[in-house]
Amino acid sequence: MSTGNIETWAGEIAEIGPAYPFVGTEVFLVIACVIFVLWFLVKQSRIESAGIADELRQHGGKESLAKLVDQEDPKNP
Amino acid sequence: MDNELSALGIIFTEFYYWVTVVFMFLIHVGFCMYEVGATRHKNHMHTLMKNTMIIPLVTVTFFLFGWWIYFAFPNGPWIIGPLLEAPWAVPYSEVMAVHMGAGDLNGWERINGVFWAAFLLFSWTAASIVSGAVIERIKTSGFLILAIAIGSFFWIIDAAWGWHPDGWMVQKLGYHDAYASGVIHAIAGGFALGVLIPLGARIGKFSSDGTPNNINPRNPWLVTVGLFLIYTGFWGFYVACNIPMWDVQAGDGVFYSATNIYLQPTTLSGITLNFLMSLSGGLMAAYVVSKGDAFWTYSGGLAGVIAASAGNDLYHPIQAMLIAAAVVPVIYKMHYWVERKFKIDDAVGAVAVHGYAGFIGVVVAGFMLWGYPSSPNPDYAMINPLGNFIGAIIMFGVLGFLPGFVIASILKKFDMLRIPPEIEIMGLDISAVTTDIHDEQAIIDAERAFVNKL
Repeated sequence: MSTGNIETWAGEIAEIGPAYPFVGTEVFLVIACVIFVLWFLVKQSRIESAGIADELRQHGGKESLAKLVDQEDPKNP
Repeated sequence: MDNELSALGIIFTEFYYWVTVVFMFLIHVGFCMYEVGATRHKNHMHTLMKNTMIIPLVTVTFFLFGWWIYFAFPNGPWIIGPLLEAPWAVPYSEVMAVHMGAGDLNGWERINGVFWAAFLLFSWTAASIVSGAVIERIKTSGFLILAIAIGSFFWIIDAAWGWHPDGWMVQKLGYHDAYASGVIHAIAGGFALGVLIPLGARIGKFSSDGTPNNINPRNPWLVTVGLFLIYTGFWGFYVACNIPMWDVQAGDGVFYSATNIYLQPTTLSGITLNFLMSLSGGLMAAYVVSKGDAFWTYSGGLAGVIAASAGNDLYHPIQAMLIAAAVVPVIYKMHYWVERKFKIDDAVGAVAVHGYAGFIGVVVAGFMLWGYPSSPNPDYAMINPLGNFIGAIIMFGVLGFLPGFVIASILKKFDMLRIPPEIEIMGLDISAVTTDIHDEQAIIDAERAFVNKL
């Protein structure tokens, strides 16, 4: 059982091509990579939207905002 | 790798680019520190995360398509010729991974990855320039789409056109931009300006009568260290723009030299002189014009280097210094004029420092290097003012401002660009802050309970 094309480093190194395991799966790896990036972008966007909605619900009222603004100090911004 | 000399050349080049990448990483560290230092306390973590996530997203997308664009698009495509074959740069290529060189690869299996990384770090820089301008009110999700657009798509198109030995702008316009005044800085500055218009200003940036208010850096020390790190990383950027060893002798002879990206000879010595002299010219001019303002003095040093970068492969060091010193006051004045006139809130002056300085730097190089060859290929156009002026417009306007404006406007339409005003007032870190306060209070309560039991 071997996952790669290399059986020995004692042969002609110049005849060795790709050294990573599972040579021939490159296209599938690229598809997996695209799916991973798209998954992240969607997930990140949802996390951010949920966070904003939550923050608005908790602190977005006029009273809360007024309190936050009152706490701001122009001498120590 | 079949004899010692060629092996030495290839492995030296591989190591050379690897070192540039490590140095250039400091640019991103610097941008993160700089942005956080320029941000109000209530937005620190969000600002840091927004800039940090440029790293993985631009890296992966640049792996997927950015690198291929550089080699496939030098003709436009279809401006002067077709799309070019670039089998080594597609993401499923065997040489986009560990490869020992079987076949006739001439060492490319060892250069491909480090050369890719050197370009990638430019990509991060392009996205990070935009990141600074839009702090404290942009949604991270919208920004990341913009970062991918500028970092993995538009800047690398301009590199294929004007920063490639056979790019159509080099061939037809005689475009010359050795250290990327236009291909990184002008495009990123233009893109930032395009985003800032639909994004709008931060609450309070402009009074009701339109007078701009300064939202000054909250941590000047972080800004200072950040900008010093950007300077440091800029060394890596400069040497990454070179090819370290190349036979530049036409005909039968042999003459090895460092070259710029167009394969024209230059020296590391020469560009080192010019880097430091243009930095000095920028710092001095910015100190004077801003009356010693630290933020603008540091930024002016950077703008000085950017203004001279297009021709810093050939300028005399004093020319580089004077160009920097002349351009910096112009971009400083332009920043405040645009702010007042168009109500543009560029939080860190990125459009001025990168966009205007880069644009003017490209134009100046067209005059200063008028009549120089743009390439070792004698059939290509010579460097000339008109060619570089058109090139500067393409960089700043066509590939920078326009896509930035269009994409940001689309994001705005889908409510993906700007956070709600309530969140802007309470601060983007409000959840983290309130959680921290809650946790700290719980710890204090536990301590108090322990003491009361004594």
